[in-house]
Amino acid sequence: MNAPLAHPKPRAADNVIELEKVRVTFGTAKNAVTALAETSLRIDKGEFVALVGPSGCGKSTILKLVAGTLNATQGNVFVAGREIGAGAARIGMAFQNPTLLPWLNIRDNVMLPLKIVPPFKEAFGAKRKTEYRDRVEASLKQVGLGGFGDKFPWQLSGGMQQRASLCRALIHDPTLLLLDEPFGALDQFTREELWEIMQNLWIEKRPTVLLVTHDLKEAAYLASRICVMQARPGRIVDDSPVPFARPRTIDVSFEPDFVTLTQRLRQRIVAARAVQEIVS
Amino acid sequence: MSERVRRQVMSTACIIGFFVLWELLCLMFHVSDIVLPRPSQVLATLWTRFPAIWPHALQTLYTTMVGFGFGIAIGILLGMLIGSSKLAYDVAYPMLVGFSSIPKVAVVPIFVLWFGAGTVPAILTAMIMCIFPIVVNVATGLAATEPELQDVMKTLRATKLEILWNVGLPRTMPYFFASLKVAATLAFVGTVISETVASNRGIGNLMMIASSSFDVPLVFAGLFILAALGVGLYIVFSLIEARVTGWAVRSDSFAAGG
Repeated sequence: MNAPLAHPKPRAADNVIELEKVRVTFGTAKNAVTALAETSLRIDKGEFVALVGPSGCGKSTILKLVAGTLNATQGNVFVAGREIGAGAARIGMAFQNPTLLPWLNIRDNVMLPLKIVPPFKEAFGAKRKTEYRDRVEASLKQVGLGGFGDKFPWQLSGGMQQRASLCRALIHDPTLLLLDEPFGALDQFTREELWEIMQNLWIEKRPTVLLVTHDLKEAAYLASRICVMQARPGRIVDDSPVPFARPRTIDVSFEPDFVTLTQRLRQRIVAARAVQEIVS
Repeated sequence: MSERVRRQVMSTACIIGFFVLWELLCLMFHVSDIVLPRPSQVLATLWTRFPAIWPHALQTLYTTMVGFGFGIAIGILLGMLIGSSKLAYDVAYPMLVGFSSIPKVAVVPIFVLWFGAGTVPAILTAMIMCIFPIVVNVATGLAATEPELQDVMKTLRATKLEILWNVGLPRTMPYFFASLKVAATLAFVGTVISETVASNRGIGNLMMIASSSFDVPLVFAGLFILAALGVGLYIVFSLIEARVTGWAVRSDSFAAGG
């Protein structure tokens, strides 16, 4: 099932995310550290973009800019055609840690966005015990957590918590999904299982996704486009499409084309590191 | 479960043992009841003079609860104010420490000067005694809220108030209840100090009058009442705490009931 990607030419309104000559520096004057050198990046509606690179290359910085939890030192960040912070875009985010609220059970944790995000929040009082509850239950079932709604986060394994965290990121039908290494801390089998779940969710709902990862295989499996980043100062050095048909399976990752792609990206990162070591 | 029962039994035995030992020592060394009355004498006094003691106990309980209530309200508000921003925390903290290091006994005469002897200074003393631990704990709890949890809310475009209500305050509850247990007993101390200095009602006043007429068993009866009230309040807050903040200790009964 290769879902129709029938966007003609990307129009301005189709740019869900646009970074325009953005720079981020931390600290002041002499001690200033450049986390992100001048970067421009455009992501179209419905794209699944992966940012890969070594730690400290600024990939999480880009994510925070888009999420609105960090302000650019220079340049503009537009989300859904508006400057960041102006609202409009409905954002879901999953983090490296599950970051579930420990005082709420899994159901209430997943329901949290419905309590905060319009238009869901207006009807929260009326629907929390009926429609929203069913919605959460269906979502939990989709990731294999059916019947765990009454459990508290500490009663679940790390992988299960991460699944719940994915549910929370998706429960309010976000148009933009930000994933900050959400599979990084999991064992390989759980990780591959969640890749599949993630891919199915994407095919079904087609949100725009920005995934930060340091796993090339993960990037090539999930994304439709991979941006390779390099550290000190952080910048994008490569931008490649991923052409494989969907739904992809884990078998795809053993095919020659897949291996060639990940190999090439790997070399790109390694080469960049080598140059850096000579320079420093 | 059996472990828990055993601990409770041991704890009870320890309390009973204390009183038995006290009783026996007094009997063995023929201690006069003007120096140290035996627990049985104190209990007898409590029983026979209950109608006289009762109104004083009620007065003290009432005063303490009102002072405690105000203390909680003001303490939470101040704590939220101070804990919600780093700036407020740094600015207000030295002043708070300054206020808290003033011995509260020294403030009572001022309250009496302003409001006259009686209930009002007792309420105010109870209040200022318990404000400080509440403020410090609420502020610390808010300041210690994990930034990751706040980020979850920020990406959802939650307002500051929503973040405070959904993350900050629940996160602070364990700190808050820890402070309440301290504050509840401190509030009694405040009330009794004030009653001792300037009041014609309350357990503090009762004990003053009893000691000036060498009615030592009655003085001790007052102490017993205070201890019982303090323990009672402590238990009430412990129960509420277990109900509200069981998640912090990952209690299974919380998971089952909540």
